[in-house]
Amino acid sequence: MMSGFGRFTHAVVRTVPRSLAKEALRTGCLEVDLLKAQEEHDKYVSVLKHRLGLEVLELPADEALPDCVFVEDAAVVCGDTALITRPGAESRRKETEAMKAALTELGLSIVEMTDESATLDGGDVLFTGREFFVGLSKRTNQRGAEILADAFKDYAVSTIPVQDRLHLKSFCSMAGPGLIAIGSSEAAQKALKIMQQMSDHKYDKLTLPDDLAANCVYMNLPGKGHVLLHCTPEEFPESAKVFEKLKDHMLIPVSNQEKVKVDGALTCCSVLINRKKNI
Amino acid sequence: MTTEVGSETDVKKEPEKDPEVQQQTEQPEEPADHTASTSADQPQEQIQSGQAESDQEAAVSPEPSSPPAAGTQKKEKGISRFLPPWLKRQKSQSQDKPSESSAPPKQESVELKEEEEETSQPKEEVDAGGAAAASTEQTEEVKEVREEVQTEEKEKEKEEEESIGSADTQPVREEKEGELEVEEKEEEKKEEEKKEEGKKEEEKKEEGKKEEKQLIQQEASVLSTHKVNKKMKMVVCHVTLLDGSQFSCEVEKRTKGQYLFFQVCEHLNLLEKDYFGLSFKDHAEQRCWLDITKEIKRQIRNSQWQFTFSVKFYPPDPSQLTEDITRYLLCLQLRQDISSGRLPCSFVTHALLGSYTLQAELGDHDPDEHRLDYISDFQFAPNQTKELEEKVVELHKSHRGMTPAQADTQFLENAKKLSMYGVDLHHAKDSEGVDIMLGVCANGLLIYKDRLRINRFAWPKILKISYKRSNFYIKIRPGEAEQFESTVGFKLPNHRAAKRVWKVCVEHHTFFRLVSPEHPTKTKFLTLGSKFRYSGRTQAQTRQASSLIDRPAPNFQRSSSKRLSRSLDGAPVVSVSDYSQAAGAGENGPALELNSDSKSPQVEVMEEPNVDAATSITSEMAFEQTDGTGAPERKDLDKTQEDVLKHQASISELKRSFMEARPEPRPSQWDKHLSGSPVTSLRLQAHGSLEEELTSLFLSKACFSGLSGSCSTTAVPAEVPQETPPRPGTDSRDTSKNAEVKPEVDDQPEVIEVVEETVVIEEIVKAKPKSPAPEASIPVETEVKEERSLSSDSESEEEAEYHAQPPSTSISIQQIKEEPEEEQEAELTQQAPPSVIESQPSAEAAEPGPAAEEEKAAERTHEPLPTTDEAPNGHALQAEAPPTAEEEEPHIVNGSASRVEAEHLPQVICCSEPPVVKTEMVTISDTFAAQKTEISTKEVPIVHTETKTITYEAAQLDGNGDGEPGVLMTAQTITSESLCTTTTTHITKTLKGGQSETRIEKRIVITGDSDIDHDQALAQAIKEAKEQHPDMSVTRVVVHKETELAEDED
Repeated sequence: MMSGFGRFTHAVVRTVPRSLAKEALRTGCLEVDLLKAQEEHDKYVSVLKHRLGLEVLELPADEALPDCVFVEDAAVVCGDTALITRPGAESRRKETEAMKAALTELGLSIVEMTDESATLDGGDVLFTGREFFVGLSKRTNQRGAEILADAFKDYAVSTIPVQDRLHLKSFCSMAGPGLIAIGSSEAAQKALKIMQQMSDHKYDKLTLPDDLAANCVYMNLPGKGHVLLHCTPEEFPESAKVFEKLKDHMLIPVSNQEKVKVDGALTCCSVLINRKKNI
Repeated sequence: MTTEVGSETDVKKEPEKDPEVQQQTEQPEEPADHTASTSADQPQEQIQSGQAESDQEAAVSPEPSSPPAAGTQKKEKGISRFLPPWLKRQKSQSQDKPSESSAPPKQESVELKEEEEETSQPKEEVDAGGAAAASTEQTEEVKEVREEVQTEEKEKEKEEEESIGSADTQPVREEKEGELEVEEKEEEKKEEEKKEEGKKEEEKKEEGKKEEKQLIQQEASVLSTHKVNKKMKMVVCHVTLLDGSQFSCEVEKRTKGQYLFFQVCEHLNLLEKDYFGLSFKDHAEQRCWLDITKEIKRQIRNSQWQFTFSVKFYPPDPSQLTEDITRYLLCLQLRQDISSGRLPCSFVTHALLGSYTLQAELGDHDPDEHRLDYISDFQFAPNQTKELEEKVVELHKSHRGMTPAQADTQFLENAKKLSMYGVDLHHAKDSEGVDIMLGVCANGLLIYKDRLRINRFAWPKILKISYKRSNFYIKIRPGEAEQFESTVGFKLPNHRAAKRVWKVCVEHHTFFRLVSPEHPTKTKFLTLGSKFRYSGRTQAQTRQASSLIDRPAPNFQRSSSKRLSRSLDGAPVVSVSDYSQAAGAGENGPALELNSDSKSPQVEVMEEPNVDAATSITSEMAFEQTDGTGAPERKDLDKTQEDVLKHQASISELKRSFMEARPEPRPSQWDKHLSGSPVTSLRLQAHGSLEEELTSLFLSKACFSGLSGSCSTTAVPAEVPQETPPRPGTDSRDTSKNAEVKPEVDDQPEVIEVVEETVVIEEIVKAKPKSPAPEASIPVETEVKEERSLSSDSESEEEAEYHAQPPSTSISIQQIKEEPEEEQEAELTQQAPPSVIESQPSAEAAEPGPAAEEEKAAERTHEPLPTTDEAPNGHALQAEAPPTAEEEEPHIVNGSASRVEAEHLPQVICCSEPPVVKTEMVTISDTFAAQKTEISTKEVPIVHTETKTITYEAAQLDGNGDGEPGVLMTAQTITSESLCTTTTTHITKTLKGGQSETRIEKRIVITGDSDIDHDQALAQAIKEAKEQHPDMSVTRVVVHKETELAEDED
């Protein structure tokens, strides 16, 4: 169940819609350079596809869904089960349709969140390999977390209050088996403390000076070992240095300067799946 | 008086009765009936003119002739009659009732009596036996049949007798014989009934009571009707085993759970039994665990003798189990848990676990034989679908070649990762009335709202667990940033549920927490206050024990799941409750051989060497070293049932004099308690007519200083970090010392450390096997151990507390101060000739060097450390004390010095405890709330009590109580518990002007419902104190009584 954490074979991504620049939701009010954003995203997909050899399923953009590139929020996949979420932002609800179709095609058993009172963004779901932490944020509520717990019965699901940030994973992510990358902000540290308290397991932490840098993508791939997609030194020089200390990891800095302006972090742009050959 | 007489007589007849046998004298509450049946049963007896009359006569007559210690007579109620003449000079202090407390002792005690009678049901307890029989549980049982109550009464007495009086080793079945040894006079009357004829005769001759003859005759007649059994009533227990089969076993009616449990384990060929338990359904159909240290009858009450054998403590790592058979049984339990839905898991996991079950039960998938429907006998999930079955079969095919043992192991490896594995769920509500679940597990307490975990309290975070009525409270250690402890309260559906969750917590904490993998030591658990304690082995102990298992792997049939399904078709089912089966009792359940047709291969054990065995053996070795002469401890590991019982019995005499090496108690706490403002402490105990007496006896002895040798009284509160890896050899000494001194700090931050007190002692011994350290410290340690297994409890408390802390004084004080009940203190002091022998061992035992080096130095030079207590103490504390401790109870920190003073100021000690308790409670039900810092504050219900204090003091005392502080050389606190009394003994040795003085203060808390004879209990306590310390004398007796004013019941 928990062995092979970070092992993935497939990735689902989605093309950047042109509407992203103007219409995507954002907590700040920064201008997004669409071209740069698309370029970034292409590089990101290329790393997954060519450098890491994942089978990448690229969903076409939907201009009506300016945030659709952030596929992570539309589904939570663990093992053979995919939970199709009900995103907290009204405008994003339809993003799940394409995602559901794609995951069904991949042969995952689909669980849908039909409860009208439930909301859940995948960005609030941190799966550590041993358990789930679900951030209770503006986008995710208790009911959504309950449904997630029902979908993944094997695992403990603990709720973590998230304040001042969009998502739980706006300041943390897994950087290895049992290794949580965490930002330095007060909110991040507080959340980490709660996670530690709630967990029966011991986690190591990798503290990054910048919260946003704490969102990285960890994979454990055959022939490549520990792989980590993380921020570039250009974006977060201090945090990048911290990552560089991870000697056992194959470190791949991936630029995310544009998407971050619309609250898109590295994990947001893909749904990673582990499909064994047809069992 | 008539009532009392009546009940007493009834009780005396009780043991000969068997509820199942109707023709016997069974209805004490109906005199007419009673008379008739009694006489009917005694054909050969010369029936006297009126049975009722003779009853009365019989019951009354012994009293005048009985020795004064049997304090049932009203005419001589006063405590004073138990006191030496010189003590009759009274000095009284009182808080609430000055007029009464200044009254002469005789009046006072009469008054006590009256109060008792007012506040309780006189019938409920037998007067004379009250001292031994008190228990608040009776309150709950009022409505129950009277005979039941009396039975319990009786049983309690029995326990009491065993624990106090008899020094013999006796297995359960020989309890009666053991009782014969009891010398305590006030208990004689009670015991006699239970004694066998021969010895009874002797005693009777001595006392020449008519009643006894009657009893014998009754007994004889009863026996004649019972041809099978001469002396014991037998009853058939039915136990549902994990494979669904039934095991029946004939047991003596008064037997303890142990006997039945061991019978079952023997039947199952199970050695690693500590993970398992027997449970029964109470009236409310709630599952209750059978406490194997207690009599079955008392626990099941009127329920049927129907039990379920199941896993009680789910091992977090089943691969560490030694035997395959244990793993197999765990698998059976988990299969049940899964198919019943108690252990939720995903489809994939259901399929995977199911496939391992098939592999274990059926072996390799055989395409010819195993068509799809071959698995329809198995239930893999609560809602089993065709899809699931197909998946199971598919996976089953992939396990080809796997042995059953391997399949079980794989099953467990997957099952153990499930988030609800081993979580015992209880419905509750949080402070806001929201439905939540409390999950008790190996690591702590989990709080769920629906399926979500909303909070978690690991054992190290929990300082105290308590319950009151239907509320369950945990006291949380303050976090780094927090200043204060908080208490979290949960509302359970009812009182019993609250108590149940509390007990489960106590047990889980003890089993899993008290020995951590980092410190593979035996720990004992023992604190005062709540009376229930887990007394079995801890996980670490059981691991050690099972590492010694040396037998060929037992063969066993694995066909349970198949049988289970078949049993639905009419094979023996779970609830066989036919008592007429009694004839076949003792034989195995009928179902056991059912599955001879199963295809399951025999287990191949031992094919996988147990990796862990090596580890545990290593630790075992270390342990043995430490143990040296302290054999009893190791016995603990591999003793058989008989051994257990014998062991318990043999140590029972030590119970009262139970000693434990420890640093001196915290004075400030002490002071606080003593000078008690009425509102200082929280006591959740009493309820209704519950009363409690606290008695402390002070014995003091002076000896010359030079003799006391090497002892330092310093305290090092250093915390042994939880993460500390096991440290071999001398390193562990540091650890242990730290731990040992730990109790100095109130509310220690780490639960574990506390617990390791025992370890400490052992390790010190080990570290200097050739040092002059007297072996005396070993007995001390032994006793600690024993106390653990003995720690008695009463099922009955209305509420109870559990401190995740060691048996330190502080705790007992805390507990004591929190009990708004009756309290009696007795203080005895005396100048005695120097006694090297006495002082040396305890000094050694209590030797809490602040650091290993210091201690060694002290030993080498054989000089007493000339320090005052503060020096090393304070230093160490400042350096190492965790901040929280200081924050919480700063005054505790360097308590030793002030404590010395306290010890020498008897009048301080005489003060009674605060009667009214009020505390603030912060309720945080989940982290969200915590984060919002919206903390709701509540007040714990105020307990109103009346207090009275009387002091009797010897003339010599004045000489002792001088202001000279002296140097405290050693201090130790010993606690022991029996049924209704809790004894805390503080032994301090101080060095004053070339003389060393030993002062023993005994604090005896007698708790119970109204009918206890407090005077008698006190007399008993004083007597015991004198017996234990023949060369000392009683200098002061302070009696403090608190009676809780009536309170409503849930």
